[in-house]
Amino acid sequence: MYQQNGNILIIYVPKELDHHKAEEMKKETLHIFQKATIRYVIFDFKNTEFMDSSGIGMLMGRYRQVNLTGGKVFVTGVREEISRILMLSGIYRIVKQYETLEEALEDLSR
Amino acid sequence: MGREYDNHMKITFDSISENEKFARIVVAAFIARLNPTMEEMSDIKTAVSEAVTNCIIHAYENEVKQIEMEGKITGKKLFLRITDFGKGIENVEEAMQPMFTTGLKEERSGMGFSFMEAFMDQLNVVSQIGKGTVVEMEKEIGKEKEF
Repeated sequence: MYQQNGNILIIYVPKELDHHKAEEMKKETLHIFQKATIRYVIFDFKNTEFMDSSGIGMLMGRYRQVNLTGGKVFVTGVREEISRILMLSGIYRIVKQYETLEEALEDLSR
Repeated sequence: MGREYDNHMKITFDSISENEKFARIVVAAFIARLNPTMEEMSDIKTAVSEAVTNCIIHAYENEVKQIEMEGKITGKKLFLRITDFGKGIENVEEAMQPMFTTGLKEERSGMGFSFMEAFMDQLNVVSQIGKGTVVEMEKEIGKEKEF
């Protein structure tokens, strides 16, 4: 579910991201952040079919964490249902979207 | 005497976060007969998830108590009522503002009520301090959507 690649953390978001799942993920990511210096966080939504505002909280939380040190948060693989939620929340003002995880990684490697 | 609705359900469940998913599945099964589009299904599931999450985090502050969920189908219309008996909301109008949250530390986005409002046709919130909160929502299925 998590893959660390230098200062990049890739989070493979589960099928459903609600408050229950977000709490779990928060604990796990905080643990990773304690052990490593993460600058960029990529949320890959490829397999995600459901998300509520807890997912927005999750994105905002990670943004706050990396923003202090000039890092960034990306979302990839977002399908229609999830895109509507992201759009409505206004999160695209602080989070950049890529079509695929590969594109995000490619852009970061430049 | 005829009933004024086509189907009715009422369930009570514990305010544990696992039940957010349970509540979504119950409502999804309940409205299946209306043949909702994927978008309508997603809208309703999100609204239910937000309402139930509010009960768990805000009303009961993670204590295990009871949440009531009632649903009615009348023609193409879904009515939902989600009730808790928790601490209540001091200022409902303020709580319904986008980005308003008392749970900043818990990484809450403050978008819960905004999503319920956006995804349902009708949202009504009544709360009493120390007594609890009732959230009522309505949505017509199979209606052209104006966004």
